[in-house]
Amino acid sequence: MKMNNLSFKGGTHIKDYKDLSAEKATERMEDPKIVHIPLDQHIGSVCEPLVQVNDVVKIGQKIGSSSASLSSDVHSSVSGVVTAIEEMYTTDGSLSKCITIETDGLNEVDESIKPIENFKSLSFEEKCDLIKGAGIIGMGGAGFPLHSKLQSAVGANIDSVILNGAECEPYLNSDYRVMLEKTVNIVEGLQIIKEMLNAEAGYIAIEDNKPKAIDAFNEIADNYNNVTVASLVTKFPQGDSTRIVNAVTGRRIPSGGRTSNVQCTVTNVGTVNALYELVSEGKPVYERIVSVTGQGVKEPKNLMVKVGTSVKDVIEYCGGFNDNANKVLSGGPMTGNTIFDLDAPITKSTTGIVVLTEDLEDTRLESPCIKCSRCIDVCPQFLMPNIINAAVNKEKYDLADEHGANDCIECGSCSYICPAKRKLTESIALARKEIKLRKK
Amino acid sequence: MEKTNVNSEASAILSPRLQVSKSPHLKDKESTTTVMLDVIIALLPALIGSVYFFKMKALILIAISVVSCVGFELLSQKIMKKPVRISDLSAVVTGLLLAFNLPASSPIWLPVFGAFFAIVIIKEVFGGIGNNFINPALGARAILMASWGAEMTNYINPDGMSTATPLQIIKSGSASLPSLQRMAIGDVAGVLGETSAVLLILGGIYLLVRKVINWRIPAIYIGSTAIMLVALGIDFSLLPAELLSGGLMLGAFFMATDYVTCPVTNKGKVVFALGCGIITAIIRVLGNMPEGVSYAILIMNTSTPLIDKFTKTKLFGEVKN
Repeated sequence: MKMNNLSFKGGTHIKDYKDLSAEKATERMEDPKIVHIPLDQHIGSVCEPLVQVNDVVKIGQKIGSSSASLSSDVHSSVSGVVTAIEEMYTTDGSLSKCITIETDGLNEVDESIKPIENFKSLSFEEKCDLIKGAGIIGMGGAGFPLHSKLQSAVGANIDSVILNGAECEPYLNSDYRVMLEKTVNIVEGLQIIKEMLNAEAGYIAIEDNKPKAIDAFNEIADNYNNVTVASLVTKFPQGDSTRIVNAVTGRRIPSGGRTSNVQCTVTNVGTVNALYELVSEGKPVYERIVSVTGQGVKEPKNLMVKVGTSVKDVIEYCGGFNDNANKVLSGGPMTGNTIFDLDAPITKSTTGIVVLTEDLEDTRLESPCIKCSRCIDVCPQFLMPNIINAAVNKEKYDLADEHGANDCIECGSCSYICPAKRKLTESIALARKEIKLRKK
Repeated sequence: MEKTNVNSEASAILSPRLQVSKSPHLKDKESTTTVMLDVIIALLPALIGSVYFFKMKALILIAISVVSCVGFELLSQKIMKKPVRISDLSAVVTGLLLAFNLPASSPIWLPVFGAFFAIVIIKEVFGGIGNNFINPALGARAILMASWGAEMTNYINPDGMSTATPLQIIKSGSASLPSLQRMAIGDVAGVLGETSAVLLILGGIYLLVRKVINWRIPAIYIGSTAIMLVALGIDFSLLPAELLSGGLMLGAFFMATDYVTCPVTNKGKVVFALGCGIITAIIRVLGNMPEGVSYAILIMNTSTPLIDKFTKTKLFGEVKN
């Protein structure tokens, strides 16, 4: 089944620069000499290390775990020797404890990795335990543990499982490539989730700037029960889960709510592929497709990268920096953050490394608001960014709260569109932090 | 640009000095200046038209108005020790719109005083761009009208004769209206910028296509003016003449749409445009003056903060459960 031209109110069209790497088939990057595997790649409790310095580890071996339910296990991505367990800067700028492993080149795979033959017959809780044990977290960038999402969804009468293949950020192509290269896996994974949640309808939602991916799913969707390929109008930030639910089902998630509030579950296509690989091969998450792209890198590529590979190694594998490179981002340019330590490792939720250049930088200074209302027109949450910005500039955080600053999803559309170059998103993000502090 | 060795032991790749900043890291090309430039481009057809009909005098008045506006803005900002922002071209736009509100027979000191009122009093004293409480050009027109009524209403036909405007003709009940064609093209008496409806609509369409103005304001303003005029007893046959004259096109596309002085939300803009249309019609039919556009817009400008208060957006997440 197909649905076309789905969309949401608000948002903006941005030049997407995806052609830099869209048609580059995923290339397997050779193993780096060292990997640094963070123990907190996910939302939730940090894992405790299960290994010590000088331990020998194999590919897929569990090296970190937490008993807390909102957490996800961590596995080695290479075979080798643990040389250190220490804090280092990760791509989001925070200090995280990482397990450093020196690769021995033997590529020995852990014996526990075997297809799970009887998955279908397991109980819901047993399935969730396996998913947690395999370290499956949201691979669209959020890193939310999949089993936790399913656990909170199962009591909510979910009727629609939506796969997020929007990938609305400019430059990024990792979801696009996994959709082209693992099409069957993704649909099979969708059916697994539908079955676990007893949900009737399955959707694969893809922005229409990826016609090949839409065609690939259209070819096989009818072989499966109740799978609809939903083509979305390409518009930022269509990939936000609230927007996708709204575009595909028309439902609106209330402020502070989750997708389960409206009987929906949204998961990234890469996450669902990982789920299928767990069931069919027993494989935990220790590698992923990363789009290494941007005008600042010599040879943009889509790489299959082992978790823990440093950003420096990844960029070097793509030819290194171009002359006028000045920013390295983890994720896309609208919501991604700047990396300042190139030793920081790629994690399970790193969707892309985007290297920007000096000439793309907009150095125009802030000028007064002319009340042109473009920010109000583009805001997908129907906020009034100009008013919140004015409140923040006068440190009136209560006023910012009254105007819904907490509902902001920090997509960046308002700052992008403002002709006066005002720091709208930045000030609303500040307001949210201040409001949170004051509520304590 | 400096380069630093990232890791001198292992594979040393030369990395540039990396910038750290908050997302988003991309911005749209448009700026306040490009928006103002679009308005200037949209006014060009009417400008050329006014020079064609009213000859050299028109050009001189327009030039003096623009130069005075920019000059007063530069002076005010320097004297008040504020950042100089004349490059955003907003003073140029005010200068053009102010000139378009003057008859071709104006003495050359008239636009200079007008520029002073528009830029110094209405705009800079209140905080500069983004802070004017009424439309600067229209506000200046009102002050000039109150101070130099005779000079401001000495309308001349393109052929040089002092005469009545089409709206004055309708008001006085006489039947000798110029043809609709002449009114559309601009070959009639009136102020510099209001006579050629066609050229103004052309500019208006440009602004709509470039997404500079919100379609709701001109559409609802003109529509509600028409409906209210009929409701107040104006004959249907006179509607086209009413709509094509009296600066309604200039007002609906270029004045009422001024960002700073109209409400920020779509709902607010609708209320604003309705108010403009109704008041324009009321002043024209029931008031002493034949025109109502400038006063209608000025009254609605002052109501904008109130309208804004009652037409705030409802959050996406504000759904009833």
